[in-house]
Amino acid sequence: MFEFANPKRFMDVSRPLVPWIGGIAAICLAVGCYFALFVVPPERLQGDTVRIMYVHVPAAWVSMMTYGLMALASLFALVNRHPLADIAAREAAPLGAVFTALALITGSIWGKPTWGTYWVWDARLTSFLLLLFLYLGYIALWNAIDDEIRAARAAAVLALVGAVNLPIIVFSVEWWNTLHQGESIMRRGGPSIAQIFLWPLFIMAAGYTLLFLTLWVLRIRTAIMTRAVRMRMSAGFAP
Amino acid sequence: MTQFLDMGGYAPFVWSAYGVTVLGLGAAIIITLRAYARAKAMFVKLPDRKPQ
Amino acid sequence: MLSFIALVARDARLATRAGGGAFLALAFFGAATTLVPLGIGADPRLLGKVAAGIIWVCAALAALLSLDRLFQADFEDGSLELIVMGPLSVEAITLAKILAHWLTTGLPLTLLAALVALLFDLPVRGYGALAGGLAIGTPAISAIGAVCASLTLSIRRGGLILPLLVMPLLAPVIIFGSGLVGATLDGLHNGALPLLAAFSFAAVLLSPFAAAAGLRINLGS
Repeated sequence: MFEFANPKRFMDVSRPLVPWIGGIAAICLAVGCYFALFVVPPERLQGDTVRIMYVHVPAAWVSMMTYGLMALASLFALVNRHPLADIAAREAAPLGAVFTALALITGSIWGKPTWGTYWVWDARLTSFLLLLFLYLGYIALWNAIDDEIRAARAAAVLALVGAVNLPIIVFSVEWWNTLHQGESIMRRGGPSIAQIFLWPLFIMAAGYTLLFLTLWVLRIRTAIMTRAVRMRMSAGFAP
Repeated sequence: MTQFLDMGGYAPFVWSAYGVTVLGLGAAIIITLRAYARAKAMFVKLPDRKPQ
Repeated sequence: MLSFIALVARDARLATRAGGGAFLALAFFGAATTLVPLGIGADPRLLGKVAAGIIWVCAALAALLSLDRLFQADFEDGSLELIVMGPLSVEAITLAKILAHWLTTGLPLTLLAALVALLFDLPVRGYGALAGGLAIGTPAISAIGAVCASLTLSIRRGGLILPLLVMPLLAPVIIFGSGLVGATLDGLHNGALPLLAAFSFAAVLLSPFAAAAGLRINLGS
């Protein structure tokens, strides 16, 4: 059952952490944006549109990382019955959906001057579109089942099924698509673009990741406090 | 300055990408913080809880 | 073994009854594929090109129609609990239901698809790839659909959320299935057939376990 011992530890540990990760996130984002907009030169082929990379790639990275975290938390929830794991998985999903949507929108905007159209069914954008549906389905499942424990377990199974399928989906989409934009650094064996372009990208990626972590921890804290209030209210206490 | 804003002719693309990012992340931050504040306000009113 | 066959037979019988979902799926398939030319025009060259993709997508959607009744009908009247208490393991139960679903939905769709392909002016050499691909791929649709159906079991209008859950997971089947037809039409080998077969095999192999987990969650055991 959802006892209180573990959540309390989480609350104690996370309380001092949040301002720190949030603060560092803000600094990384500020520095990264400054570099992306002012310092990075226009790229040879893409001109100034290369700056869009600094808001597109980090969003895409966080969107994938979040699903991985969600799947891990779901695994914990099913195997260990850890009381916080369900909450952690559930609270990660809306954030994951937001970052996925941002990756899609910025990717689409970046595509227009590069490819000529706002949407191209290339492997990456299509995979992210399917990932967005996976997120939305997961959130919908949580909301649709009334019993909270059932909802948590069903959602955990769904997250794991999605996690197992995701590499297959990505593979099949890539197989399906011959149009391959080679500007991704993770794709090739190593960075294939000049140093000056890379450092701000890492800073932005760090900023995005820390921002996600800050928001995730805050959402988990919110959920824990909401549950505590609800439990006390159902026990007869009215604040 | 205008050259900067112009972004080599790609102004609508670069600025809308950054704009939508600021909007999206900003909304996420604001919604998260407000929900957190609301939950905390109710939580600290519970009698046997120290403020967290 | 006998109880397995008995369960398959029972489910097949129920599905083919009026209101059982099997006929509905076939009717939907026919209706949806009929709408497409109304939407995109009747140019036979265009239709011939899109035939495989349209048929695959409509077949997947049609199979989805009868999926939400896969477990829910038995769940609502209590017979699911009785079946689970019987001799078969929960995994065997889900496999039996997947098989019954395929026999009453996937297989008929495969046969009906040949007729629809005629309407779409699919080049003759593509028929084998279409039918063979559907025969291999529809079991995966039933299997993956069963997993999601087991998770949405206790939701009152679970059928509405089912397509949202299933469709991303079906992307590989659709891609490989229609890719198979495309390759055959072009006279190429693009590896679609082994990929489709491997995916379908893995799906049918693993889905009973995930679906059984879903059943256990919703039956409260």
